[in-house]
Amino acid sequence: MLEIRGLSAAIEDKPILQGIDLTVPQGEVHAIMGPNGSGKSTLAYVLSGREDYVVTGGSVMFDGRDLLAMAPEERAAAGVFLAFQYPVELPGVGNANFLRTALNALRRSRGEGELDAVQFLKMARAETRRLAMPDDMLRRNVNVGFSGGEKKRNEVLQMAILRPRLAILDETDSGLDIDALKIVADGVNALRGPEFSALIITHYQRLLDHIVPDRVHVLSDGRIIRSGGPELAHELEAKGYADMVAEAV
Amino acid sequence: MPVVTETLDALKSVTQSGYKWGWETDIEMDLAPKGLNEGTIRLISARKEEPEWLLAWRLKAYAAWQQMQEPHWARVEHAPIDYQDLHYYAAPKKKSGPKSLDEVDPELLRTYEKLGIPLKERAILAGVDPASIEGGSQVAVDAVFDSVSVATTFRETLQKAGVIFCPISEAVRDYPELVQQYLGSVVPVSDNFFAALNSAVFTDGSFVYVPKGVRCPMELSTYFRINARSTGQFERTLIIADAGSYVSYLEGCTAPMRDENQLHAAVVELIAHDDAQIKYSTVQNWYPGDAEGRGGIYNFVTKRGACRGARSKISWTQVETGSAITWKYPSCVLLGDDSVGEFYSVAVTNNCQQADTGTKMIHIGRNTKSTIVSKGISAGRSNNTYRGLVRVLPKATGARNYTQCDSLLIGDQCGAHTVPYIESRNPTAKVEHEATTSKIADDQLFYCRQRGLSEEDAVNLIVNGFCKEVLKELPIEFAVEAQKLLAVSLEGSVG
Repeated sequence: MLEIRGLSAAIEDKPILQGIDLTVPQGEVHAIMGPNGSGKSTLAYVLSGREDYVVTGGSVMFDGRDLLAMAPEERAAAGVFLAFQYPVELPGVGNANFLRTALNALRRSRGEGELDAVQFLKMARAETRRLAMPDDMLRRNVNVGFSGGEKKRNEVLQMAILRPRLAILDETDSGLDIDALKIVADGVNALRGPEFSALIITHYQRLLDHIVPDRVHVLSDGRIIRSGGPELAHELEAKGYADMVAEAV
Repeated sequence: MPVVTETLDALKSVTQSGYKWGWETDIEMDLAPKGLNEGTIRLISARKEEPEWLLAWRLKAYAAWQQMQEPHWARVEHAPIDYQDLHYYAAPKKKSGPKSLDEVDPELLRTYEKLGIPLKERAILAGVDPASIEGGSQVAVDAVFDSVSVATTFRETLQKAGVIFCPISEAVRDYPELVQQYLGSVVPVSDNFFAALNSAVFTDGSFVYVPKGVRCPMELSTYFRINARSTGQFERTLIIADAGSYVSYLEGCTAPMRDENQLHAAVVELIAHDDAQIKYSTVQNWYPGDAEGRGGIYNFVTKRGACRGARSKISWTQVETGSAITWKYPSCVLLGDDSVGEFYSVAVTNNCQQADTGTKMIHIGRNTKSTIVSKGISAGRSNNTYRGLVRVLPKATGARNYTQCDSLLIGDQCGAHTVPYIESRNPTAKVEHEATTSKIADDQLFYCRQRGLSEEDAVNLIVNGFCKEVLKELPIEFAVEAQKLLAVSLEGSVG
């Protein structure tokens, strides 16, 4: 369902991605691992349509559509969700209001009816409970005054409510303690099924103990240097990036 | 800088898409000839069958006005106004009172419908006997159509509570001693150029009197609408809250779309006696002109409240999205000890709009308190200025003021300016001023769009969040309206 072919991208004329080939079939969870500066976050932003990044080559097809030609909100409507590495604060905007506006925008674009405040809150409360999050998460302003862990959990809550077809998690595990890590993992695992795919971007293997990926890819200098099964993550953990990069050269 | 470039692109492509109140109603009008002289004033006074004292008052104002210069200290620019090229009186021609909705001029009814006034109230406004209409409502409405107050709904219900809510022209006739006592007592005839002009030629407006100890049982609401071509609208509002009373008042304003500029110079006077409280909310949506700055209302308004009594309180809440030029400083004169003045404002400017707005808080009594929260949003090529004065006089021991001025910029061709004046002549006074200026950040927009919101919806959401502290001060049914208005006003401000 996601087909990346020869994708190259730059920011301010500096090339970051240098020919990525990657296919994520429907229903599969793939992990992208790599050292800092390898282009992991750039890949996440390019796939979700952030404008500061310039695509210099290649193509991305999503469900047979040219993803790169779509506006960020069109990609969201098609089912692409990005869990941000640094979630953004929206002062004065209530989390519930934000999520309902987003969900209804998605539903409208899919030709589904909108949810009213009561229907939405019922659904949103069920999700917060399932993810063991406090109720006031919905009442607070979007990410304002949230701790790092709360921000990440809020991303997972949003994902649970918006139900994407492809979730991209950009280092969602960074800065999380083990309990928060489990909550994030449970959130992703609960969505797993034939209609859901995910691209999990992470520096460390530990998240992959809780979300076991179908495939693992190692990114270095904007290229995928190795791909394999879940065991590749363990090999990487044992060897370290430097050795693996050296082997690949 | 994607936001900026997109804003520029959007501005190039966008025409005035937003103003849905821009219809014109074709109703037979009784129109005074253009021009302003003593004869015009005598004609207005005669048409309204006014007592001699009021004519004398008007003429005094006119004499003062002739000695005054149009003020130019505000950060706004406009072509010279030809005060002789305006009609100073325009009224829908009167027919005898209709028995039912079927007999009402359908054009007038359609106007009320477009204003969003509920059907029952439309009927009452049009002069149908309220007894023949079933059901009740929470809001009493007075509609001022060009110069004349067309009707006031629910006057009888209010009268049972002892509240007087009627067109000021009727108050002059029915409650002359109240009007004579208070009219011009807060804004004297020679207060400023536009107030003097208004005093000379005002044609209608609303009058409210809430007697001692009465809590007004419903929101009072006035709709102002400028319809006729080349008319100035000079309404005059006078609200008196007697000791221990409470009243909440809302005005809404719209006007047709026109190429020419129309002048609106209103005066609002509020008087709060001991322990009384007045909450005055405005949702101002006069036609702002098109994207190139053609047409639109010049809104030059003097609004002032006097907290005369101890522990009295006056709150101004305004959402200003319209007008080509806004020149407006709703103020509080805090005379009574422990009296409280509040000013909550959202001013939005887009395209070529100019707003110079703020407040004056004059602390005279002891332990007087004032709060100012101003949220300015500038988009397009507009200019938005907060101008505020906090003055503490020598006897105002223990006076306190807190001022917060936040500006939000959309794009890089607009301007936000903050001009606070602080004068304290009492060493015990505490005056705090906080100001921020921010831009809608690219990462905020991207975050919203990644969740599926269009760029425009994202801007609305962020803007509404920015204004929340002010919007929550509005009566709930109007807060919803105001939010929609913000969205319409900023349409096309990002692409």
